This record gives sequence, structure tokens and C-alpha cells, in this order.
Amino acid sequence: MCGAPAQDAGLDQTLPASVDPAKETILQGRVVHTGERVAGAYVRLLDQSGDFTAEVVSSATGAFRFFAAPGRWTVRALSPVGTGERTVDAGVGFTEAQIELS
Amino acid sequence: MSRSDVLVTAEWAEEHLGQPGIVFVEVDEDVSAYDKGHLAGAVKLDWKAELQDPVRRDFVGREQFEELLSSKGISNDDTVVLYGGNNNWFAAYAYWYFKLYGHRDVRLLDGGRKKWELDSRPLTEEATQRPRTAYRASDQDTSIRAFRDEVLASIGQKNLVDVRSPDEFAGRLLAPAHLPQEQSQRGGHIPTAVNIPWAKAANEDGTFKSDDELRALYAGAGLDESKQTIAYCRIGERSSHTWFALHELLGHRDVQNYDGSWTEYGSLVGVPIEKGV
Repeated sequence: MCGAPAQDAGLDQTLPASVDPAKETILQGRVVHTGERVAGAYVRLLDQSGDFTAEVVSSATGAFRFFAAPGRWTVRALSPVGTGERTVDAGVGFTEAQIELS
Repeated sequence: MSRSDVLVTAEWAEEHLGQPGIVFVEVDEDVSAYDKGHLAGAVKLDWKAELQDPVRRDFVGREQFEELLSSKGISNDDTVVLYGGNNNWFAAYAYWYFKLYGHRDVRLLDGGRKKWELDSRPLTEEATQRPRTAYRASDQDTSIRAFRDEVLASIGQKNLVDVRSPDEFAGRLLAPAHLPQEQSQRGGHIPTAVNIPWAKAANEDGTFKSDDELRALYAGAGLDESKQTIAYCRIGERSSHTWFALHELLGHRDVQNYDGSWTEYGSLVGVPIEKGV
């Protein structure tokens, strides 16, 4: 029932205490544009069929995080400065993905 | 009722900011979003702290809703324009909730915060002060709200529309993927439900698709317009988005939102569940 955990929790650290990373498939990373981190980008997670699964707004440091299931996912970012996407294979635990906007 | 009676563009909203008789109301899943910047003059509504009973799982009662809207400075005659993040999920939920309590003129800002931000339109951190009103609500219009027993009785009878993502429908995920997946309820969907994800009704910028596109979407997914429809998701906010598309944009007459949704249904003892697609 609660809102999404803070997205700027620092990637690879400080997950909410209630989250067990041994049970979650965590797909996270940052949105960047010409080397700079992009805050406020709309980052969406698409499944293998391209269907929308979730969307978050990148944090002040450009960070995003999803709790998915093992499999192939596409992460797509949308911001006034541009768009970018990346397809990754995620398993239980952490998978990192950086999204470059152009 | 036409689309412009229930849905306003970002351009219209920017032109009407501060106009007497129009109140902009922000509703977000992330209840801190408003404080980081909102439409000038908009008030904030906290879907969790203000729209839910603090003890049991239900909405606030009619008198509490009257007190809430009075304290926000909203009058019965005001045009209320709702907007928010997450592609307007919680704004649509508030829209449906305002309709439940009989507010006459409610509209959604098409695309919500996302479209507004992608357009680089102005946001302010300035606090909004509105004088107190004496708001009067109606009794809940339960013709638009479904409860669990009606949902169970609707299996194989009415259109049941599961608007969650395909992975949630199939039981592979238990929540939208911005939330941790460890949940108490069982995974899957209500038997005979069709999966028409809410996102198929929206463009990438969060605006609703055209009426023609929406009609093609629901007809193509097998929604029988001659039957009553119940929409559900996990907690009732995404299904409010679909309720809005079906009932407010397309004018389907008998559409209910099951706000108990999967967090209730998937926790009930003994009810049938289907998994997979």
C-alpha cells in the first residue's frame, strides 16, 4: 500500500529495511546525458512484449530502481533533454543498467 | 458528456491557473512530489493519509470527506482539476472518489505531472492558501464502486477487466515493479477476467489515447459492451484510470471500480484464482 522506496537511496546500498535482496530481482541504475546525471527523467520498465510494467522518476542523482522478476527487461527513459533505452537480463539480486539519453 | 468536459489539456490548465471557480488538486503516490514543486495555486491531497480511514480498510465517510474538502477550500460549485504523477493513477483514483461522493464538475489534467514536466511548464514551491468552505457531499454512489461479493458473483457473468501488467495478471509479479515484490497475497487473476493493461489506454507522455483508439482497444480485447463491467488492479488506482477511460471518455454506462482489487481478492480464503495467460 505504500509508495515506492526513495529512488536516491544510493543504488547498491540502503534498500528499505523491509526488502530482502536475496528474494528480489532488483534492476537499478542511473540516467545520464553527456556525462551528467539526469534528475526527473521518467524511467519505465517494459516486459519482453514491450508492455509497460512500471515507471519511476529518476532521483536528484539520476538514480532509478525496479523490483522485477528474473528475465529480460527493457528500461526506457524519457526527459525533456532526450530519450534512451537499454535491454538487460536480470536475475535475483542486483542488476545495474546505465541509460544514456540522446 | 464529451471528452473536454472531463479532460483538460496542459495548455488549457496553464491558461486557467488562478482562475476563480477552478481548483487544481495534486494527488500523487509519492506524497512528497507536491512539496518539490506544483502547479501555481494547486492544493495537495494525500491519497493515503486523507482519503483512507485511519483504522479499517475503507474510504473516509461522507462527513470526513466534507470536512476534508472544506479544509482544502473546495466548494461544491468549483471545477476541480486533478493531476498527479504515475501517469495520473492516483489523480484518476481521486477523480473516481470525488464522483463517488457526488462532486459535479471534476476533470483530469491529461498527462498529469509527466506531460507538464516534459513540456517544461512552470512549477512552484509556493504554499497555497485557500479560505475554508462548507462543502456538502452526497452519499456514496455505489453504482461505480464494486465490493468483493459482487466481484465473486460476476465471474463468468460481467466483464471483469484486470488492468495490471501482463506479469501481474499471470502471477509472475505481485505488484507494479517499482515496489518490492514480496507480498502476502497469492499471485494470479480472477477467473474469466481479461487483461487489458491500463498503460494501453495511455500514450508514452501519459495522455489518454484518442476515443477511436480506446474503442478499438477495448473491443479488440473482447470487452462486451452489452454487459456490465468491473475493473480492478492491485489497490484500485490503476483501475480508476481504466474506469475513467471506459465510463467518462467512452461513455460506457455500467462500469464499476473494485478498489479492494488484488490486495483483497488475492488474500481471500477459498476464492478461485487463475494463473498464467
